[in-house]
Amino acid sequence: MPVISIGNLVKTFGAIRALDGLDLHVEQGEVHGFLGPNGSGKSTTIRILLGLLRRDSGDAQVLGADPWRDAVRLHRRLAYVPGDVSLWPNLTGGEAIDLLGQLRGGLDRRRRDELLHRFDLDPTRRCRTYSKGNRQKVAIVAAFSSPVELYVLDEPTSGLDPLMEAVFQDEVRRVKQAGATVLLSSHVLAEVEALCDRVSIIREGRTVESGTLTELRHLTRTAVTVETARPVSGLDVLPGVHDVHEVDGRTHLEVEPAHLDELLGQLIRFGVRALTSTPPTLEQLFLRHYGDDPAAAATGAPAAAAPGASAAAAASGAPTVSSSDADVQADAPQGGAR
Amino acid sequence: MSALTGTTRLARLVLRRDRIRLAIWILGTPLLGYALAGSVAGIYPDQEARLGYATTSASSLVARAFNGPIHGTDLGAVVVAETYVTLALIVALLSTFAVTRHTRQNEETGRAELLGANVVGRYAPLTAALLVIVVANALAAVLLAVALVGAGLPLAGSVAAAAAIGGVGVAFTAIAAVTAQLSVTSRGANALAAATVGLSFVLRAAGDVLGEQSADGTRVRSAWPSWISPLGWGNQVRAFDGERWWVLALPVALLLAGVALAYALAERRDQGAGLIAPRPGPSTGAPQLLSPSGLAWRMQRGTLLGWAVGVAVLGFSMGIAGDEFNDMIDANPAAAEAINAMGGGADLIKAYLAAMLGLFALTIGAYVVQALLRVRGDEADGVLEAALATAVSRTRWLGTQVLAATLGAVALLLLAGVTTGLGYGIVTGDPLGEAVELGGAALLRLPALLVIAGVVTAIFGLLPRWSVVLSWTTLLVFLLLGQLGAVLELPQAALNVSPYTHVPAVPAADPAALPLVVLAAVAAALLAVGVAGFRHRDVPS
Repeated sequence: MPVISIGNLVKTFGAIRALDGLDLHVEQGEVHGFLGPNGSGKSTTIRILLGLLRRDSGDAQVLGADPWRDAVRLHRRLAYVPGDVSLWPNLTGGEAIDLLGQLRGGLDRRRRDELLHRFDLDPTRRCRTYSKGNRQKVAIVAAFSSPVELYVLDEPTSGLDPLMEAVFQDEVRRVKQAGATVLLSSHVLAEVEALCDRVSIIREGRTVESGTLTELRHLTRTAVTVETARPVSGLDVLPGVHDVHEVDGRTHLEVEPAHLDELLGQLIRFGVRALTSTPPTLEQLFLRHYGDDPAAAATGAPAAAAPGASAAAAASGAPTVSSSDADVQADAPQGGAR
Repeated sequence: MSALTGTTRLARLVLRRDRIRLAIWILGTPLLGYALAGSVAGIYPDQEARLGYATTSASSLVARAFNGPIHGTDLGAVVVAETYVTLALIVALLSTFAVTRHTRQNEETGRAELLGANVVGRYAPLTAALLVIVVANALAAVLLAVALVGAGLPLAGSVAAAAAIGGVGVAFTAIAAVTAQLSVTSRGANALAAATVGLSFVLRAAGDVLGEQSADGTRVRSAWPSWISPLGWGNQVRAFDGERWWVLALPVALLLAGVALAYALAERRDQGAGLIAPRPGPSTGAPQLLSPSGLAWRMQRGTLLGWAVGVAVLGFSMGIAGDEFNDMIDANPAAAEAINAMGGGADLIKAYLAAMLGLFALTIGAYVVQALLRVRGDEADGVLEAALATAVSRTRWLGTQVLAATLGAVALLLLAGVTTGLGYGIVTGDPLGEAVELGGAALLRLPALLVIAGVVTAIFGLLPRWSVVLSWTTLLVFLLLGQLGAVLELPQAALNVSPYTHVPAVPAADPAALPLVVLAAVAAALLAVGVAGFRHRDVPS
């Protein structure tokens, strides 16, 4: 049974349709990345999952129960870190952690002290004197001190430094090891890549993509740069090949993974001297899905809509591959500029 | 870039943010002044009545303490004696809160940082806030002068009296400018400034009590403590009695000194920091804190303590005043009539005590509103979201807040009754008996306060965004119906809107169960509506 199961969820605020038929499925024991541009409805979805907002229509189940009707019972089994943590200004951090833990039904005191130490948080300071990062830490410590089945984390690391980010990732792995499920909304793509088993990408209140990162990569094109003995031709008509252009004797193109075979078959005829193939980075993936044209994003064909942007994205997203890529990287912005 | 760059733009921002508040302030003060002047003119229509009033006021220590020194028998002088302290306290607190809102609160929320990173001089935010608030005080004073002239008072005296009120606002603007530099929190800055208002009241009261009655018996010459209280300066202008215009230079001087000091402090401190350093607190939550009720108590206790001190001091003074009241009544049948109308009944001293308890019940209504509006504050801050994401139901959360406010109201009512009884009993010789009787009488006012709790809860449940405005407006309407309804001869149907109308005026009247039961039932219905609304709506909304 899925831990979170949302189907065709709709939520409006006055004239604004915040959620417009959203779907989300999170399985037991997985760390699920919940991604989307600002204002796409992530926090609204999470608040519905917590029974704070009332859905207009659609299904929503959390741990097999209705989040609105069974809110209190459910909240004993989950912990929440809000995106914008605000605390009682005149309580100390330690008091706020204990209060939230106790209201949730109790916390593990040993873990609490350990987490305070690991996150290097001074619990004797008043909440009003904490920086954004420290308030975030209070909420994270309070959540991870409770041994619950589901952790709902709404951009939990937005104020944390890299050291604390690493501690946070350790904690997510630890609760996952213990069998808990995590819903992680985040803009930190490295964090998503490091932690998430599956991701869902939403846009304008709808789910546009859902699956493992490998699956998502397969839906997106690979960038290919090829140098041939003779000028190539006939690529434009191949299925699944897009955005073919030549710069300084090298041909740049994008190809859907399913059509790589046909492309290679065609290229061989012109005598391949050098070939680099760059799988899409996570960043490219998101830029496609976050981009301006929802139709293009959904079908995985953004190049026609914004070729310049796609070339620039390819350039910025390719720092990890082989040395020949450095050339591609240096060339691409020029190509994009032309 | 000078230290004042951007002041004009920021002043416009202040105006934009507070356009409604400022309009209410600038128009409301003169309207209130006009209404009060009219009602006083009705109670003391002729020279004879005013002579009686002035003589009693000048000789009564209680009248001196609460109304200030009387200056002659002109109708204007009586109006000033009856209204000055109220209006001065209102503008003092309005000015204080406005300064804090546009200075320290901006620093606390981080908005000042956002602004400060732009082309904005170091002193610009403070200067912009002070500019707007001083101008608002000046405008309100001009309109108040017009209103007083409109109510039929002489021009020179009206201008002097209105300027005196405006001067109080300006003086506390200066004081708040300094306290905003001292405390890290806006609550702290407000508390410091409000404490200064309280201290000023006490100093003025002391100076006026210690003052001398003039030979003709209709004037009081205040002693020196009144002169070190900004609230006292307004009286020393002696409006309607050979105005001393030069006294108005005092608030202006204080403004200049306050601005200079605030600038100097702002120069020496970091953005967001104060001069009163925050202390570390406990690293773990005490067991009694870790529940909705524990949290509610923790959040309320400071406020409640402040209220308790105020209520106790006031109750005790009112009680002691009870004896003196008898003399005052003998000298002034018109005032006796007015008290009678407020409390009813034949025994005037009992009517007086009942009227005092009624006033306490009204005042404590403000505590109930303030305490319950905390839930809305928590919702707006986002704290409520964190709390409701734990295993606490909405009903329990809201119910706890209502219970906490109710218990606070019970404690304050009891304290008001007991201290009034003690004060009165010490004079008449039976402190314990009076304390018990008046304590019980005060508690009979509870159902009216429950209705107020119900109204606030219902508004919070159904119209959360309007909670603050509607709740205070409701209380204000009840206050006006209770205080001015009889004077303005409003129809009974209008008076019946206020729950206070239905509370038996014990000890002047016999206790009656029926109205109390009905009030409690109305309160219960309103609470149920509020809880149901809260359970079915979005949080936050």
